[in-house]
Amino acid sequence: MSKLLEVQDLHTRFHTTEGVVRAVDGISYDVSEGETVAIVGESGCGKSVGAMSILRLIPKPPGEIVEGSRILFAGEDLLSMDDDRIRHIRGGQISMVFQEPMTSLNPVLTIGLQLTETMMLHLGLDQAAADRRAIELLEMVGIGEAERRLRQYPHHFSGGMRQRVMIALALSCRPRLIIADEPTTALDVTIQAQILELMRTLTHQMGVALIIITHNLGVVARYAERVIVMYAGKIVETGTAEQIYHRPRHPYTIGLLKSVPRMDMARGKRLQPIEGQPPDLTRLGEGCPYRPRCAWAEDRCERSTPALENVGEGQIAACFNHRALADKESLAV
Amino acid sequence: MTGQSTVALGKIDDPIDKPALITRIRSLCRRQPLGAAGGIVVVVMCFAAAFAGFLTPYDPVANSLENMLSSPDGAHLMGTDEFGRDILTRVLYGARTALFIGLVAASLGATLGLVLGVASAYFGGIFDLVVQRIVDIFLAFPLVIMALAVVATLGPGVQNVIIAITVPFIPQCARVVRSSALALREIPYVDAARALGFSHARIILRHMAPNVMAPFLIMLTYFVGQAILLEAVLSYLGMGVQDPTPAWGLMLKGGAEEFLESAPWLSIFPGLAITLAVFGFNLFGDALRDLLDPKLRSR
Repeated sequence: MSKLLEVQDLHTRFHTTEGVVRAVDGISYDVSEGETVAIVGESGCGKSVGAMSILRLIPKPPGEIVEGSRILFAGEDLLSMDDDRIRHIRGGQISMVFQEPMTSLNPVLTIGLQLTETMMLHLGLDQAAADRRAIELLEMVGIGEAERRLRQYPHHFSGGMRQRVMIALALSCRPRLIIADEPTTALDVTIQAQILELMRTLTHQMGVALIIITHNLGVVARYAERVIVMYAGKIVETGTAEQIYHRPRHPYTIGLLKSVPRMDMARGKRLQPIEGQPPDLTRLGEGCPYRPRCAWAEDRCERSTPALENVGEGQIAACFNHRALADKESLAV
Repeated sequence: MTGQSTVALGKIDDPIDKPALITRIRSLCRRQPLGAAGGIVVVVMCFAAAFAGFLTPYDPVANSLENMLSSPDGAHLMGTDEFGRDILTRVLYGARTALFIGLVAASLGATLGLVLGVASAYFGGIFDLVVQRIVDIFLAFPLVIMALAVVATLGPGVQNVIIAITVPFIPQCARVVRSSALALREIPYVDAARALGFSHARIILRHMAPNVMAPFLIMLTYFVGQAILLEAVLSYLGMGVQDPTPAWGLMLKGGAEEFLESAPWLSIFPGLAITLAVFGFNLFGDALRDLLDPKLRSR
């Protein structure tokens, strides 16, 4: 499979009164055509900022994508292209599904208008063709009585249905990549599964690559082919979903897995949270950012930052102790 | 937009039926009696302006020296002025001038202010800072002084009066709309619109502007009242509409001042018309604000 998206050494900073926040601090990854990649990490680790940077949606100022960062989409650098071209990519080639379905649709415009406007802009359809396609799309995402629904406003829809509309909107212009930023966080658990299932089916059917940003490891296990774990603006581990689940090589990944309830866990056993708080991104010094919370921290972790290295079969982790961790099979829960 | 579609969208019954117009008007009168009164004034004024030619047999401009300064009677309900022109006729035609100038100036000023205010909030940063400081400068001048300054530069005439009244409205509306739009800027659908590849202009006009309609409409009705008053002031000061065009402000000067004691009807009726019109529009605007602002709405 050819590479669709290549993020190379992306740095995104925010200039605030308290100093420079290094929200994304040198991340690199690829997404292949039609592949589903999950980016996981706790709140504030830079997952959303990293995704927003792809479409250059970071408000500037205070945000800044540092010179030298490159984001290649189908060979073209998104960061250096002019505004007209990036507008063409947004919504047309790469679309986004946001976290908040309740507020991602404009309350004063009908659903139909919001769907057709996008298609008329990117696909050059006329109103009639756009209306027909809007009906098809709504039916595709499982909204009945699509014709009537088109004339309704977002407040006529429930949260789950709005997220379905957002998915229809994201798919409307036949994009090659969809970035879903915590698409299910604001929804009921039962609806979450439906929405994820829908996204998986549709992206597979249409051969669209998908980046799911989430802090829900359950989502990762079930829907992603590859997983990127981020901590404090950096990638700490990547691998296939299988690898990340069954043999994590970074203490943070292990901590994340241990803090999630599992069906096969012994009754009465307590969850193990990760102690402490994520570091202040304005004051990151030398050394591994996870060191203060890490059970395996050593002196060398304080002196220098571990680089990402290959830990076998394409799995990559940034920990000096990955070998030791690999030996302790029991750690992998 | 969707209305023009060839897909037969109109055929299916919409379960969310809107109550009939009559019912809605009736409930409006009950909840907002003052607003309804204001609304009636507005409607009557529009009616007078539209059908002035049918409502009175007299010519608003032609002199009729044999009827000079006759007091109100059966033939001339509001009397005549020093040139024998029927006051009622001139008040009716004056409504036309006042409404024309008022509506055009208010909608121009409010619309330009809307675009400027939303743009200012949307772009933020330096642009917002510069725009808002310019707005500050404009807001520092009283309305009348600003309008006078503009007319003094451009000269009198209907077109220039409209410009003179529009200019001070723009910053007023921009300031109010900006504050609403600032809150809007943080709502994800604005980011979503950007992520869909829409241009700045489209986001500002199509996606953000309709969401600040409530403050916009309130400003608009308030502006119409203000514009009518301003137009009267300018005309009275001789810097607005020129004789013989029938305008309320104009009717208050000249003969009205000279014969204030012997023929008070010359000033009473146009003065009443101005007061009533401004009062009506302001009441209407207040009621509109109460209706559009859910926090003030009483059930």
